[in-house]
Amino acid sequence: MRFHFKTSYDHDIRLFPDWWNFSLYAALLLVLLALPWVIDSFYLGEMTNVLIWAVAGLGLMLLTGQTGQVSLGHSAFMAMGAYSCVNFMELGLPFLAAFLLAGVFTGIIGGIIAIPALRLHGVYLAIFTLALSILMDDLIVILSPWTGGVNGYFAPEIWIFGIEINRWAAPETWYYLALGTALMVTFFYRNLLRSPLGRSFAAVRDSEISAQAMGVDVARTKTLAFGLSCAFAGLGGALMGLFAGAFNNETFNFLISIQLLMAIIIGGLGFIHGAFLGAIVIAFLPQFLSIVTDQLGSTSIPGLETGVFGMILIAFILFEPMGLYGRWLKMRTWLQLFPFARRDMFRRQKSYLKTERLR
Amino acid sequence: MDVLQLLLSGLANGCVYGLVALGFVLIYKATEAVNFAQGDLMMLGAFVMVGLVNPQYMGLNFWLAVPLALLIMGALGYLLDIAILRFMFGQSQTAVVILTIALGFVIRFVAGVIWGHEPQNLHSPLALGDVRMGGVVLSMADIAVIVVTLAMTLGLWQFFQRTKLGLAMQAASQNQMAAYYMGIPVKRVQGAVWALAGVVACVAGILYASKGTLAISAGFIGIKAFAAAVIGGFGSLPGALMGGLIVGIIEPFAARYFPAGYSQIAPYALLILVLVFRPHGLFAQVRVKKV
Repeated sequence: MRFHFKTSYDHDIRLFPDWWNFSLYAALLLVLLALPWVIDSFYLGEMTNVLIWAVAGLGLMLLTGQTGQVSLGHSAFMAMGAYSCVNFMELGLPFLAAFLLAGVFTGIIGGIIAIPALRLHGVYLAIFTLALSILMDDLIVILSPWTGGVNGYFAPEIWIFGIEINRWAAPETWYYLALGTALMVTFFYRNLLRSPLGRSFAAVRDSEISAQAMGVDVARTKTLAFGLSCAFAGLGGALMGLFAGAFNNETFNFLISIQLLMAIIIGGLGFIHGAFLGAIVIAFLPQFLSIVTDQLGSTSIPGLETGVFGMILIAFILFEPMGLYGRWLKMRTWLQLFPFARRDMFRRQKSYLKTERLR
Repeated sequence: MDVLQLLLSGLANGCVYGLVALGFVLIYKATEAVNFAQGDLMMLGAFVMVGLVNPQYMGLNFWLAVPLALLIMGALGYLLDIAILRFMFGQSQTAVVILTIALGFVIRFVAGVIWGHEPQNLHSPLALGDVRMGGVVLSMADIAVIVVTLAMTLGLWQFFQRTKLGLAMQAASQNQMAAYYMGIPVKRVQGAVWALAGVVACVAGILYASKGTLAISAGFIGIKAFAAAVIGGFGSLPGALMGGLIVGIIEPFAARYFPAGYSQIAPYALLILVLVFRPHGLFAQVRVKKV
């Protein structure tokens, strides 16, 4: 076990606590950068998918994991990101500008939508956002001049500084695009957590009333959280739509947002690592299941994917509410403290529920 | 007459939404959790009925199958509570929300494996006749839906207001620890309400299946039932029925008078409006939080 001897306040908010930690992440980055030379193009495509899910997952994580607001409507914002990106490109903007603008646009819309949603708590917010994501499907059809209606859009050609980003001819270009976006979002997210705003997110999550008493502007914090979260989701959605090659009103249905929520819970709520681990699970589970059913020699079972996904999620909520990353933290603590780790260190506190209606 | 016909058919649809919403409200009233799987429970109840009644499965008599199906679904609700939800005792609402969403996925998967993904028809005696009243046509199923829903709402409402168990359920939701101190077996009460919710879901499922074809995706009407429950102000049984009726009546009128494409968004738009302007429903039960 290592001890950090802190000699200045900056030590508490450093990006990396020590050189060992930094070198671990640097090594991971090197591996990720070298990946196109290691694995074949099929798995590279899958990795791209993982990174895209991770970007969207980070968006939801900021809202649900950091600020404690559950949203079942992030597919709506992913759709908004995808459509606005394509629209900005059709206006003649280069891809990179259109892509970033799509994120900003989605974030602003999300912030505006958050203002009425601020008054809602817990379940009500979940239902509100669920209604949003269902409405989005019909809205896309209604707004067909900008969205192509049920026909949808084919992803336009993407050029960044003279390099064509093509999924089929050069899968590594797409991979690097997704990797770059994921890195950018992660870096932004990590810095956000170190800033006063990130601290106020956590304060609002843990107790709105205490946060208010400490001088946190709860309404502003929630709006910003919602807006930023939507911006990330928009970036993820834009990548997802363009990566799919074609998308219409049904691509981003509300099941996507539920899957996204499930991904971050399986990964570990409130951890950046959790968003990535959850994305790995959600992207590789279909492949894994199809391989297993092939091995068993049976025909594919419709709905197997979501069914198994639901079962995994139930198991996680019951037995490991902190998700995969939480499990890893427990294992690491056990190793670090060996042989002094005790089982009760991570026991769930016994709690009793009080009504939210008649306080 | 046209308007009356729309109104009546909307009423019958609304009653089904109301019944599913009743299930939400029941569980919310007694355990302070929202069961996102209620729509899927309804679908499962309907399919259990199909399995009991339809000739290609067991081919039982309809009226014999009804109590059997209710029993099965009640037992299933109780088992769900013992096996899964009891572990969530005292945990936050949102964790239960996510758990029940996952539960819905699993229920849909299991139903799909057992009964297949083809739409099916329930062989129901309710599905046969039509009743004409001065130019208005009502099917027997519609009438049955309306009657049963009214009876169930009234019965459950009285149950919560008058009986010892009903009061115990309300107490258990308001403050679990205080309820313990008052000698209420909170966990068993929770099991009882899940069983009850299973029964209500089964009733809703049978009525829904009598009205038309049944598919695995039927559980998604749970989302409209959410609108109903929210409009009624989660936690009020008559409110749930009212909300269901409002949503049910708005739908056919929107389909009739709004341009295509706008009509199906009406219930959700209403839901959002209610949440924005009266966040706790038309029959609010929430007061401002005091420290």
